[in-house]
Amino acid sequence: MFGEYSLGDLGAIVAMQGFAGLILFSVYVLMALGLAIIFGQMGVINMAHGEFMILGAYMTYLCSGFFQAHLPSVFPAYFFVAMALAFVASGALGILVEWALIRHLYRRPLDTLLATWGLSLILQQAYRSIFGAREVGVELPSWMMGSVQATDTIEIPINGLFVMAVTVLITLAVAGLLFASAYGKQVRAVMQNRVMAGAVGIDTGRVDRLTFGLGCGIAGVAGSAFTMIGSTGPTSGQLYIVDTFLIVVFGGAASLLGTIASAFSISQTQSTLEFFLSGSTAKVITLLAVVAILMLRPQGLFTLKVRR
Amino acid sequence: MTSPSPRTDNPFMTPTEWAYLAVLCALIFVLLPLALDGFRLNLVGKYLTYAFVALGLAICWGYCGILSLGQGVFFGLGGYCMAMYLKLEASSVENTRIQSTPGIPDFMDWNQVTALPWFWTPFKSLPLTLIAVVLVPTLFAFVVGAAMFKRRVGGTYFAIITQAIAAILTILIVGQQGYTGGINGITDLRTLHGWDIRTDSAKTLLYFVNGGLLVACVLAAQFVKRSKLGRILVAMRDKEDRVRFSGYGVASFKIFAFCLAAAFAAVGGAMFTLQVGFMSPSFVGIVPSIEMVIYAAIGGRLSLFGAIYGTLLVNWAKTTFSESFPELWLFGLGALFIAVVLAFPDGLAGLWRRHVAPLLTRRAKAPMPQRAATLPKGAPAE
Repeated sequence: MFGEYSLGDLGAIVAMQGFAGLILFSVYVLMALGLAIIFGQMGVINMAHGEFMILGAYMTYLCSGFFQAHLPSVFPAYFFVAMALAFVASGALGILVEWALIRHLYRRPLDTLLATWGLSLILQQAYRSIFGAREVGVELPSWMMGSVQATDTIEIPINGLFVMAVTVLITLAVAGLLFASAYGKQVRAVMQNRVMAGAVGIDTGRVDRLTFGLGCGIAGVAGSAFTMIGSTGPTSGQLYIVDTFLIVVFGGAASLLGTIASAFSISQTQSTLEFFLSGSTAKVITLLAVVAILMLRPQGLFTLKVRR
Repeated sequence: MTSPSPRTDNPFMTPTEWAYLAVLCALIFVLLPLALDGFRLNLVGKYLTYAFVALGLAICWGYCGILSLGQGVFFGLGGYCMAMYLKLEASSVENTRIQSTPGIPDFMDWNQVTALPWFWTPFKSLPLTLIAVVLVPTLFAFVVGAAMFKRRVGGTYFAIITQAIAAILTILIVGQQGYTGGINGITDLRTLHGWDIRTDSAKTLLYFVNGGLLVACVLAAQFVKRSKLGRILVAMRDKEDRVRFSGYGVASFKIFAFCLAAAFAAVGGAMFTLQVGFMSPSFVGIVPSIEMVIYAAIGGRLSLFGAIYGTLLVNWAKTTFSESFPELWLFGLGALFIAVVLAFPDGLAGLWRRHVAPLLTRRAKAPMPQRAATLPKGAPAE
């Protein structure tokens, strides 16, 4: 399959597909970041994570429609509003879900899986009832269209760069929040020893609720980014949930750095292979490789040394 | 009194359980065939094929604590093995004379495949097919299980990886259209060794064969549950390290439970193909696999009989609701998932044990041995 390309062509293809994979990478990172916080830090398996992402995508869709109809003058800037709104909406729903459902299940991780799967079915049907079964697309402002010509053979899409920048900012913000703030210290304390954290006066319930909300909110932002690579439908989120879980597990559940590294390697492998093979074969090969590596190294790429 | 021998101390089934089995047999073999017309009976037969999977999950998840989200893989592999045999029989040279390559399945011809792929050749023979139906999924489960359990991967990680395997297999089947029939699956199946499976009488007979196999699987599961092996499975679920420190090879027992569940699922899949007349990737992927978990959960993950009733109930509800209120069904199914986790984690069997069984024993005056006494207390899923 590589035979008909010269080495220089191959390099350009890999670079181009790499940049094309940037948006996929960003969606993966944002999704996985939220999941890594929820799964890695709290031990909750959130199967409805994809639906939180789709909520963000629908928010972006609503925003784009609203700005086009009522505020066309500020349409170029609507994406920022949409991202903020997506974060708030998904985060608020996350906090509500944590309060109503998740907090009863902290000692039963496999049960959170079943319960959140039920939640995801309910959300999907809710989206279908509200927004219709048809997939919807989002109109991008003109400054995000087009691409930068880096060399003769390499083009970089602008929206990819934009999403990439947002992803980097959010990742830095999350890292700062978790590792350099009082709240982050509380989160890590609760994660390491819930009972002890409670005994020293941390309101563990509140920390859990905020953490879950934060993870879901980031998923909402991922949904905003997602509108650039695909159309939004009620079940679009479900397609991403397995990939995202694999990314989190592959990266080592409790390590944010590992999550980013694994999201990068998986999205780039898939995106590069897609050029040479059909999309489905590329996906099968990528997932198979991940599963095979996980069987050899079940603890993931990066791990904290903990005694279990 | 002489000291009780181990045999009487730990009988194969308590009298209550024999009674439950009798009720189940009466329901499957007498009540349902009398009450339902041919179409509905075939539908129940289809539900009962899912019950094989739920039964396997009761052993694997309920008793051994391994939650597999990839049971659809084994159901599908069993079903596909059977479908490949039936398809080859349906595409004999005279049946497929109009194709550019006669004698191969029609979808291969449509996809420019000109020769039968090597992995299809064993399915020309019925005995080999019947062996493959059980062996292929079980071997696959063995490989996956050995790779994971030997490295002490368990719990949530195992669940996620089995789910990923279900996703991979679905994408693979859909993508390799020329070899697998793609998204439509393997359709237009006609005869089993010359016997037309599409007639009403054949469907009725297959229903009874299916019921018989299900009861056989219940007995096999009961045997595992009551044996020393079953005790070890429960011990492992509750305190894995202790069992390991006592000198048991934990991984081997887990692999066994996983393989047993896979074999059950495979038999169900093969019976599904025979009764419904096709097999497609929509019974392999993530969604059907996790739905099969809810059957076992609704029935009560620790109850073999509960798994069957749970399957029947959920599927009956699904058919009824999606016929009349298609919108409501997903809400209902979602609510069911949440309710079974939050409100009644022991499922139907728990409700029965708590509310109905005491009434029955009081009425019978003579105190019957309590099912709850021999069953381990319902522990959370882990």
